[in-house]
Amino acid sequence: MNWETVIGLETHVELATKSKIFCACTTAFGGAPNTHCCPVCTGMPGALPVLNGKVVEYAVRAAMALGCTVTRYSRFDRKNYFYPDLPKAYQISQLYLPIGRDGTVEAGGRTVGIHELHMEEDAGKLIHDPWTEQTKIDYNRCGVPLIEIVTEPGFRTAEEVVSYLEWLRETLQYLGVSDCKMQEGSLRCDVNLSVRPAGSDTLGTRTELKNLSSFKAIRRAIGYEARRQIERLEAGGRVVQETRRWDENKDASYPMRSKEDAQDYRYFPEPDLPPLELSEAYIQALRASQPELAAAKRARYQAVWGLGSYDAEMLTSQKALARFFEETVALGAEPKQAANWLMGPVLAQLSAHGLEARDMALTPPTLARLIQLVKEGRLNRNTAVRVCEAVFETDGDADAYVAAHGLAQVSDAGLVAQVVEQVLSANEKSVADYRSGKEKAFGFLVGQVMRQLRGQAAPAVVRQVLLEQLAEQ
Amino acid sequence: MNITEARIDHLSDLARLSLPGGEKEEIARELERILDYMAVLDGLDTAGAEPLSHVFPLKNVLRPDETAPSADRASLLAGAPAADGESFLVPKAVE
Amino acid sequence: MELYELTALELAGQLRAGAVTQAEAIAAAAGRIAACQPGNNAFITVADSPAPAPALSASPLAGVPMAYKDNLCTRGMRTTCASKILGDFTPCYDATAVERLTAAGAVSMGKLNLDEFAMGSTCETSCYGPAKNPWDLTRSPGGSSGGAAAAVAAGEVWYAIGSDTGGSIRQPAAHCGVTGMKPTYGSVSRYGLVAYASSLDQLGPIARSAADCAAVLELIRGRDPRDATSLDLPAGGLLCALTGDVRGRRIGLPAECFGGALEPEVAAAVRAAAGVLRARGAVVEECSLPLLDYAVPAYYILACAEASSNLARFDGVKYGWRAEGCGSLEELYRRTRTEGFGPEVKKRILLGTFVLSADCYDSYYKKALQARARLKAAFDAVFQRYDLLLTPVAPTTAPRLGEGLADPLSLYLSDIYTVPANLAGLPALSMPCGFDRSGLPIGAQLIGPALGDLAVLDAAHAYQQETDWHRRHPDTPAAAKGGDAL
Repeated sequence: MNWETVIGLETHVELATKSKIFCACTTAFGGAPNTHCCPVCTGMPGALPVLNGKVVEYAVRAAMALGCTVTRYSRFDRKNYFYPDLPKAYQISQLYLPIGRDGTVEAGGRTVGIHELHMEEDAGKLIHDPWTEQTKIDYNRCGVPLIEIVTEPGFRTAEEVVSYLEWLRETLQYLGVSDCKMQEGSLRCDVNLSVRPAGSDTLGTRTELKNLSSFKAIRRAIGYEARRQIERLEAGGRVVQETRRWDENKDASYPMRSKEDAQDYRYFPEPDLPPLELSEAYIQALRASQPELAAAKRARYQAVWGLGSYDAEMLTSQKALARFFEETVALGAEPKQAANWLMGPVLAQLSAHGLEARDMALTPPTLARLIQLVKEGRLNRNTAVRVCEAVFETDGDADAYVAAHGLAQVSDAGLVAQVVEQVLSANEKSVADYRSGKEKAFGFLVGQVMRQLRGQAAPAVVRQVLLEQLAEQ
Repeated sequence: MNITEARIDHLSDLARLSLPGGEKEEIARELERILDYMAVLDGLDTAGAEPLSHVFPLKNVLRPDETAPSADRASLLAGAPAADGESFLVPKAVE
Repeated sequence: MELYELTALELAGQLRAGAVTQAEAIAAAAGRIAACQPGNNAFITVADSPAPAPALSASPLAGVPMAYKDNLCTRGMRTTCASKILGDFTPCYDATAVERLTAAGAVSMGKLNLDEFAMGSTCETSCYGPAKNPWDLTRSPGGSSGGAAAAVAAGEVWYAIGSDTGGSIRQPAAHCGVTGMKPTYGSVSRYGLVAYASSLDQLGPIARSAADCAAVLELIRGRDPRDATSLDLPAGGLLCALTGDVRGRRIGLPAECFGGALEPEVAAAVRAAAGVLRARGAVVEECSLPLLDYAVPAYYILACAEASSNLARFDGVKYGWRAEGCGSLEELYRRTRTEGFGPEVKKRILLGTFVLSADCYDSYYKKALQARARLKAAFDAVFQRYDLLLTPVAPTTAPRLGEGLADPLSLYLSDIYTVPANLAGLPALSMPCGFDRSGLPIGAQLIGPALGDLAVLDAAHAYQQETDWHRRHPDTPAAAKGGDAL
């Protein structure tokens, strides 16, 4: 029997706003427990939610990028249930009128439907203390804005799922709406999986997989669950609809205590928040100012500046890197040069310092200046790379550094001629070798001249003068 | 309207309220009476009426994305039945 | 005349003129409270040392002693909602209305008794014992703002802030012979009001006169960035705009409000009030307000549904009381809520949970929301032809303690005249208009269109120029006779 795996995803993304969705507490990650809280996000009596306008903007941008129809008239609803990380005992979410619907995403060779995208608030964090048999509750994360993106059951393999998530992460980063760091929890994924005989139209019973904290976990959990369901069905059993928790250490999933059968969230419209009615003007303004996404940039870099696809991929691998590249080019640097510099020395420096592009101090003007200095012959490339390393951490002034360390390239033909003369007279054997046809001797002589000039000469000029003097003799 | 004991139990679960054996019967009967009365609404023609969840036509009430100082943690924890100076405490929640 | 027989505005005037000092006013209030509290139990918490208003401000009510219903959060002072489950919860924040009044020089004498979580019409579900009617201590003061109405009626404070979800300001005001107003929904910020039913709750004043109510209301209303349902209203503009001129005002008497279980004496007193307004130039005639019968069921479905959600946060985790010795989280939730809530609150939570259940949502909750839309439309139609409506406030005068709770369904039905204004979000005021043969106060209700708060207050103000029901006091010999309906 051939089986087909059918997968749908529910992804929660933390939005990168400064303040929470319904109050002015900070969304900053970390922070001592319960220090980013107020009566609103801790569910104190009499506290009321007020919606952060930026959350709406980010949600609409995300919806647009996922090809969704943006719901003009949308609303919030209360989802009622008891759990200690939910201080009001209800979560303000959107059920009936989510802000985005019926989108499409193409990633990893598959087109997947986006069922809906909606805004909601995050819950707090629970820390179980095994010593005291108590649970500690930290409400810092309570009220951080989330968008939940629900796909149709359109995936068939773990790889497709991962491709979609990579696309999603890149897209949301490029939109600026989230930093999508799985390790910090700003991107969380639950997988819904069922199996069916290949060729069948109906969906099998699905299970929901939670606690997937990396792409690796996602791949393994999908593989495990598909196998588990197939084995059970082949043995004549049934798949139970349940929620299962992935355990990385045991490389297996276990059923979570089933709250499902008793659970009735009793959704009803949130009376404390007036509805949203988004105008055409608002939608158009966001559409017009939608940041350019990675794919579009890649296409543009290749079409307009003739970069190769590998270079384009590398430059757009981080949004900050792409922006750096574009700004450097805008300052006059030749695109291929700028690309080489970024992919070479700059990426090397980032790696050496363990930084991401958005965190580096170096700025486009500084890089553009270095490229300019090399172009003008004022600095040779090797030296320029050294200068770059030196000024990288503080975005120091390149010219000042060059002057302070006397690194300016020697273009003075007279000085070069002098040094060449000295080298030739001090290396008669090599001269003789050269004349007798040994090419390597020429390189040796170039090297000697460069040494004398402490590397600060344009190699082309040195070769030129050497050739001239050798020819004269 | 007939409210079974099972229904009352389900409602109790959802609302985390227990009704001791004797009270259950009484509450069920009372709820039935009230719900029977509410069936009066069935006589109202509501075809085409938009459910009115917000009585005043306000919309798009938004605040700017700005932070304000959070509440002092000690004040937030001051009224907590159980706390450790940093967090609220509850008996272990079963996962 | 005793100080406590003055209106709030009159007292404020005397304070400004120096005829009475701040300390004297506070002492008078404290004295009255000490004398009346054992009898009427209007207060849950009496302020130890009420802070005098800092240098009498220009506000028209600066320095006047008042009090808050105990479901309004007051920083540093325990806020109980008359429930065991809040324990000695002491908020670290003030409700917006409290902030505004404090800034305007209000002097708080403490927190007033109410039905638990504002659920009730007799003030008997309070875990601190019922408040009692100053006109007859064997009777209920009404509810849920029973303590507030009793305290003002007894002259313990010159005004109070109550909350009204289904009539909780207006009905106790009527039963206690004082004036109480529920403004247009959204007028007053609900931030800091412990929510019962979010789409129905409003704060409002209870005082000795409509003018007093106007003065208080203009201090507390207006947009609050912390309440997204609050309306952008101009500051002030109520007290100074009262003219008492109702000439040409079209006032409707809905026929549907004058039948059924309405007591004849109450009907007569309200009709007499209509007569007074007519004599002052208003055009008063009978009209129709259809769909009235659907208001109470729609109200209880919506109110209980929202309450079941709003009260879910009381779980013994973050604040308030927690049941002792709970070994698990589930036990903590169950026992705290079972032992911490009173029976009426539990019943309404279960009812609310029921109507929101997946299989009931459409036929109950959604249906009630649709009924609400239709009722609002009915009001809109009536207000095309009329400026105001005049109705009774309650079918009877104050019931005896214990009587009301005997038949809950009848009790719910007695809200018939007050819940429509909550469902439609309209301004409504209760003003004293006479006494029954037992000497119990009777109230008449004025309802206006949305944002018609001034018209409502002004009509009541006009009525109070012609009558003195609102100035009667339970301790004053003239009032003790009773049966003075015109």
